Amino acid sequence: MRIDDLTVRYGAFTAVDGVTLEIPPGRIVGLVGESGSGKSSVARAVSGLVPHTGSVTGASRIQMIFQDPYASLDPRMRVGDSVGEALLHLPRRARAAEVTRLLGMVSLPPETAPSYPRELSGGQRQRVAIARALAADPDLLVADEITSALDVSVQGSILNLIRSLRDRTGLPILFISHNLAVVRYVCDEIAVMHRGRVVEHGHTVDLVSSPADPYTRTLLEAVPRLRR
Amino acid sequence: MLRTPAAIAGAALAALMVVLAVIGPPIWGDAAELVNAGAILQGSSAAHPLGTDNLGRDLLARVLVAGRYSLQLALAAALIGASAGIVLGALPSVLPARAGRLVTGAVNALVAFPGLLLAMFTAVVAGLGARGAVLGIGAAIAPGFARLTQTLAASVSGADYVAAARMLRVPRHRILARHVLPNIAEPLILNLTQALGGALLGLAGMSFLGLGVQPPDYDWGRLLFDGFGRIYIHPEVALGPAAAIALAGIGFNLLGDALARRAARTPVRTPRSRQERPAAAADAGETEPGAVLDVAGLTVTFPSGVTPVRGVSLSVRPGEIVGLVGESGSGKSLTAAAVGGLVPYPGTVSHERLRLCGEDVANLSRKQLGTSLAMVFQDPMASLNPALKIGGQLAEVAVVHQGATREDARRRAVDRLGHVHLPEPEKQAARHPHQLSGGMRQRAVIAMGLMGDPKLIIADEPTTALDVTVQRQILRLLREVVEESGAGALFISHDIAVVGELCDRVVVMYAGRVVEELPVDRLADGAAHPYTRALISSLPDMDTDRALPLASIPGRQPAPAEVGAGCAFAPRCPLATGRCATDRPALEAHGHDHRVACWEAS
Ligand code: SF4
Repeated sequence: MRIDDLTVRYGAFTAVDGVTLEIPPGRIVGLVGESGSGKSSVARAVSGLVPHTGSVTGASRIQMIFQDPYASLDPRMRVGDSVGEALLHLPRRARAAEVTRLLGMVSLPPETAPSYPRELSGGQRQRVAIARALAADPDLLVADEITSALDVSVQGSILNLIRSLRDRTGLPILFISHNLAVVRYVCDEIAVMHRGRVVEHGHTVDLVSSPADPYTRTLLEAVPRLRR
Repeated sequence: MLRTPAAIAGAALAALMVVLAVIGPPIWGDAAELVNAGAILQGSSAAHPLGTDNLGRDLLARVLVAGRYSLQLALAAALIGASAGIVLGALPSVLPARAGRLVTGAVNALVAFPGLLLAMFTAVVAGLGARGAVLGIGAAIAPGFARLTQTLAASVSGADYVAAARMLRVPRHRILARHVLPNIAEPLILNLTQALGGALLGLAGMSFLGLGVQPPDYDWGRLLFDGFGRIYIHPEVALGPAAAIALAGIGFNLLGDALARRAARTPVRTPRSRQERPAAAADAGETEPGAVLDVAGLTVTFPSGVTPVRGVSLSVRPGEIVGLVGESGSGKSLTAAAVGGLVPYPGTVSHERLRLCGEDVANLSRKQLGTSLAMVFQDPMASLNPALKIGGQLAEVAVVHQGATREDARRRAVDRLGHVHLPEPEKQAARHPHQLSGGMRQRAVIAMGLMGDPKLIIADEPTTALDVTVQRQILRLLREVVEESGAGALFISHDIAVVGELCDRVVVMYAGRVVEELPVDRLADGAAHPYTRALISSLPDMDTDRALPLASIPGRQPAPAEVGAGCAFAPRCPLATGRCATDRPALEAHGHDHRVACWEAS
C-alpha cells in the first residue's frame, strides 16, 4: 500500500503538501504531528472522505476508525446492527454469526450485539467501531487518534488490541496520533508530519533514539515524562 | 419537564382542546343543531351566553362542538405539510447531486414565498371548501419543514457515524432511512406540535376569509365569519369562536416551544441514589499551618442526590504545585471549581474547612478573592472576552479590584504580558483574543491572574487543548510564576505524566475521593494505591517496554450515583478482599508526606 504525492487543499490553504508514504503489509505506520500538521487530513484523504490529488495505490477497501467513539456510532442503532451494516449481502443467520465473530475479535462478548452505544463505556464503543471497520474486510485500516478521547486506564487495552490485530491478521495500519509515546509503543515505523509535509520517516527505534530532523527532536523533548 | 409557567399553560390548554374534541360533539351536539325560530340572532343571555345565530342555534354549544372539526382539520393540514416537507427536505440526500440541488433551490424559493399567499393560491386551485383549505395550509407549512429537515439532515450527515457508513458503502437510501431520519425524528415531531398550532390559526383564517369550511359544516373560523357581521351589535357572538381559536393556537405553540426547548438541553441521566452525608470529620485531619490552601471534608452534592465529590481534603503550601489527577468522572474538576466558588447551579458545596492563606473563604470579600486567587482553564476563551482587547481586559482587573487608575492599570497589564513571555507585549495588548494562538491566549490568561497578587493559582487542564511543544512552554511558565511569586498552585489534569513532570506533590482522585497523596518523586515507583499504580503502568511513556502488552484496568470507574459502601475501586482491584467491598478504607498516613486509602497498602 502506497500513498504518492498526496495533496489536500481547503480553498487557498494547503493542509497536506505532497506526502508520499509506504505502508508495508503487516506493519503499523505511525503518523505523528501537532494540530494543523495535516495528519488528520491525510487520514481523511486516504479514506476517501476529503477530495485530494495524488494517488493511493495497493489498497481498495480502506476503513477508518475515528477519534470519538461517542460520535462514530449511530446512537439509535444497536451495535450489532452497526457492525452488520457492512454485511448486508449475507443472509440474516450468517450475518449474526459473522457479527459475533467480529465482536469476538475485539474481545467483546456476543451479548454486546443487542445493546445501544449509550450502554457501553468509551473503550467498549471504540472496540465496536473497530469491529465495524473489520467487517468490511479492509486491506488498510486508518486509525485517527483513536485513544485520545479515552481515559488512560482503557487506552492501554485498545492499543494492545491494535497490536494484536496486526499480529493476527497482518492488516497494515496507518496509526495517527499526536502522542509520541503512544505512537512509539504501537508502531513499527514512524513518520513525523510538520506543516503538511513528512519531515522524517524511519523505524521506530531508530527515529526515537537518533532523530535526524530538528522538529522531530523538539517533539521528542516535549513529551512529558515522570521524574524517576 | 413542565417547569415554566408557559409550558404548564401550554400543556393544559392543549389537553383541554383534546378533551373538548373528544367530548364536545356527544355532549353538546344536539344543542348545537337545535333550531329555535323564536330566538334568532340574539345577543348574550342567560340561556345563550354567547347568543344565537340566524337560525336561533346556541352559539356556545356550536363553539364547543366545532372544536373537534377544527382540530381534525388542523391535524390533517399539519400532517400533510410535515410529510410533504420531510420528503422534500430529505430528497436531496438521496437524489443525484444535480437533481438534489434543484430540489434545494425550489425549497429555498418556497420558503421565501409568503405562506398565506401560498395557502390561498393552493386552496383556490384545489376548490373552495375544507379540503382546499387543508391542502392550502399544508402547502404553507411544507417549505418550513423541508428547510428544517434539510438543516437537521445536513448536520447528521456530517457525523462520524454517517462517514463510517459511507466508507462501508452502505447505499444512500439506507443511510437516510437508518441513520439520518431516526436521529432527526425528535425535533421534527416537536416541530409538528408547533405546526399544529399554526395550522389551527391558518385554517381559521381561511374559513374566516370564506375560503375554508362551507355551510352546513362549521369550524371555529366559520363561526367567526358568521358572527363577524354582527360584531358592532353583539360582539360576544364573534368573541366566543375568536377566543377558542386563540386559546388553541397559543396552547399548541407554547407546548411545542416548551418541548423543543427541553429537547435542546442535553439530557443528563442521573440515576437517583441514597443521599450520602458529608464525610465524617475523621478525614479532616489537622489544620495545615502556613498553607495557602487548606481544604477539609469538601463535598459537592447535586439535588438529585448525586455526590461527585466526597469529603476531599487537601492542602497547598506556598511555592508548591500540587497536582490533582484522576480520570474523567473522578470529581477533580468539580473539586477545583468548589475551591474557586464556581460550582454550577444547582450543586451545593459543603466543607469542614476551606481556607485561603489561613482565612476562611466565607469571610473573604469578592475583591480579596479576586486578587488572591487566579484561575486558568482548559479553554482560555472562557476567561477572555472576545470583543475586548487583551490589554483592556487585563487593566480592568486592576481598576476593579485594586482601584488603580486607567493609566497605571494599563502599564501594569503590558508589564504582566511581558512577564509571561509574550513577544512585544505592547502590541499584544492592543490585539483581540482571536488574533492570538491558543498558547498565547493561555499566557494572556495567566498574565491576567498575575494582575493581582495571587496566593493560589488554580489551573484546570490548562494545557490539554495545546500541542506538546506549547504545553511544555506553559508548564515552564507556571513553574516560573510559582517560584517567583511564592504562590501555591493546584494543577488539575487527567495526564499523570504531565503532573509528574510539573508538580511537587500529587493527589490522586477516584470516584470523588482522594485515594492517594504522595510526593512526586515517589510516583514512578513508590505509589502504594493499586489504582495509582495501575494508572502509571497503563500510561505508555518513552521508556515503556514495547515487547510487553500495556497494562490496563478492567471495567470502569463507577458513576457518582453508583458509589457504594466499600472501596470504590474494589470491582477493578487485583488485590481486593472481602472487606474491601463492604468497608471503605480511610485516607491514612503512609510514611512521610504520603497518605493512602487502601486496606492492602504496604
Ligand atoms: S482497599 Fe481493597 S479494593 Fe480498595 S484499592 Fe485497596 S485492596 Fe483494592
